[in-house]
Amino acid sequence: MSTTLKVSNLTKIFGENQEEAMKLVEENKTKQEILEKTGATVGVYDASFEVNQGEVFVIMGLSGSGKSTLVRMLNRLIEPSNGSVEIDGENIMEMGEDELREVRRKKISMVFQNFGLFPHRTILENTEYGLEVQEVDKETRREKAEKALDNAGLLPYKDQYPDQLSGGMQQRVGLARALANDPEIILMDEAFSALDPLIRRDMQDELLELQKNQKRTIIFITHDLNESLRLGDRIAIMKDGKVVQIDTGEEILINPANEYVERFVEDIDRSRVFTAENIMSTTPEYMTKGVDDARTALEHMRKKDISNIIVVDEDMILQGYVEEPEVAEAVREGVTELDSLIHEDIPTVKPKTLVGHLYDIIHDTYTPVAVVNKENKLLGIVVRGAVISALSEEGRDEVLNK
Amino acid sequence: MFNFPIPQLPVSELIEAGTQWLVDTFSGFFNFITQTGSSFMDSFTNVLSWVPPFLFILLIALLAYFANKREWGLPVFTVIGLGYILNQGLWPQLIDTIALIVVATVITVIIGIPIGILSAKSDTANAIVQPILDFMQTMPAFVYLIPAVAFFSIGMVPGIFASFIYALAPTVRFTNLGIREIDPELIEASESFGSTKRQKLFKVELPLAKNTIMAGINQTVMLTLSMVVIASMIGAPGLGGNVLTALQRAQVGDGFVAGLAIVILAVIVDRLTQSLATDRRA
Repeated sequence: MSTTLKVSNLTKIFGENQEEAMKLVEENKTKQEILEKTGATVGVYDASFEVNQGEVFVIMGLSGSGKSTLVRMLNRLIEPSNGSVEIDGENIMEMGEDELREVRRKKISMVFQNFGLFPHRTILENTEYGLEVQEVDKETRREKAEKALDNAGLLPYKDQYPDQLSGGMQQRVGLARALANDPEIILMDEAFSALDPLIRRDMQDELLELQKNQKRTIIFITHDLNESLRLGDRIAIMKDGKVVQIDTGEEILINPANEYVERFVEDIDRSRVFTAENIMSTTPEYMTKGVDDARTALEHMRKKDISNIIVVDEDMILQGYVEEPEVAEAVREGVTELDSLIHEDIPTVKPKTLVGHLYDIIHDTYTPVAVVNKENKLLGIVVRGAVISALSEEGRDEVLNK
Repeated sequence: MFNFPIPQLPVSELIEAGTQWLVDTFSGFFNFITQTGSSFMDSFTNVLSWVPPFLFILLIALLAYFANKREWGLPVFTVIGLGYILNQGLWPQLIDTIALIVVATVITVIIGIPIGILSAKSDTANAIVQPILDFMQTMPAFVYLIPAVAFFSIGMVPGIFASFIYALAPTVRFTNLGIREIDPELIEASESFGSTKRQKLFKVELPLAKNTIMAGINQTVMLTLSMVVIASMIGAPGLGGNVLTALQRAQVGDGFVAGLAIVILAVIVDRLTQSLATDRRA
């Protein structure tokens, strides 16, 4: 994967006495102290990260953490005090006005919290704004804008005005307007925060769907951890203008970088983040068909005090499971092969299945759930206890840190 | 009496000398403005007077009907009101007054909106413009008449000059306010798509500030109208002249007739400019 956006040591200090303020941040003084001493406000301090092509990179933090300032420095709506932003290897900090305008027109679009739609323009006129300022001829831009609206299912509304549409629809227009320019990078500043929860879910799904098909690079700003975990390939957590951790969602939940992050992730609904892969036992008990006979299986189950055991073939391909009473009976009758005893109705899941989903499956079965890959090869098993403890706060460390 | 330790400063003399200097130095320029202004105003008034009064009333009523969401109130008032003015033999004065307020307003708008845009964009410009506007607005209007006469002699042109000074402030202030109060997110949206400053101004800022600017223009029109009587003191023809004459001769009846004509004109002009301003979208 190639790097699309590279941010190095990006800093923004508002107000006077910038140098003095900069020194104080280096000394790890808090925002409050710096404001009291110098009168300067630290927006963002020393943010560095790289975003890959096609990635959804979430920047998360509470209000005042500097996330909105950070995203506005990526297209220089806010002029950084220090640092660099490279897009496709070009440093936009060194660009003149004309070059910067070209980047904004062609490479990077933005979606706003309160949609940023122009109230005096129709939906179509809003959507074609980006093309209009590029002086694309009327027919072409109309065609492109209509296509973008059509993709969002909004074409019937093209002649309406923004205030005639619901919030969710307005934000779809906001997104369609950003996409009409066919940008590489989309900046989304709290794009779904003003929407009510159900619409918000739908919009998140739509964004993920869009990402599957188009693979754009998305920088998504939010204050909502659940949203970050749902959307982000990687998440950067900000506090007081500093980036405190950049990791995948799972990694942030499992290994919070500091107490702040830990407190942040405390209340998270883990069932929507953790997957079968995270909680499965990778050293399950199993019998191999054609190698182990019925007597071995029976002895093994009795020794481990389990009532059933998984059976695989020599390539670890899942065959099913056998049950202790049936195996015992067969052994009494002198059957040696396991083949005839195998039940195939074992529930299977993929490694990326969410724990929330596993919970329903495991509720209806008394066998373990087998985690298999595409070729049906056994990767591990999930037992009921693991699901329950993954969802409980106390169990987290035991289950996940082993 | 308390003896002020500093002798009286020659403020009056300085202003006097300054104005005299301006008149002497730029006499050619002022003459040119006066001459072209007068002949322009004459021909403009002639064109307006050339329209038969009944047709004129009909046209204004139609404009009122369409501008005012096809409601009947204003057109009916227009017909009755202007009919009354015609009936009282004040038609030529009405035309003179309309010519004065139209030209004064157009000049004010042409000069005021760019100043308003400038002060919205630059805090420095705003800091300079605001006190000047305060000064222009609070200085008693009669005081403008003196330099107006010095520069442009008497008649229509100094009347327009005085009206312009008096009525400039609302257009500038409302333009400034209209642009400054635009939701910053919309400005960011415009910039984030790579608009030039010009595109931002004409595609986003001015359309969004339109209603506020129109409210300012409405105020400007009303202020020029209120200058009509004052400007008549320096020979600007129109309804104000009749009021002034009635005042000098203590003729209550004539004063009321002309005064009522001004009120009628004010109502029509106010409602017309307001309905032009309130468009459904902003």
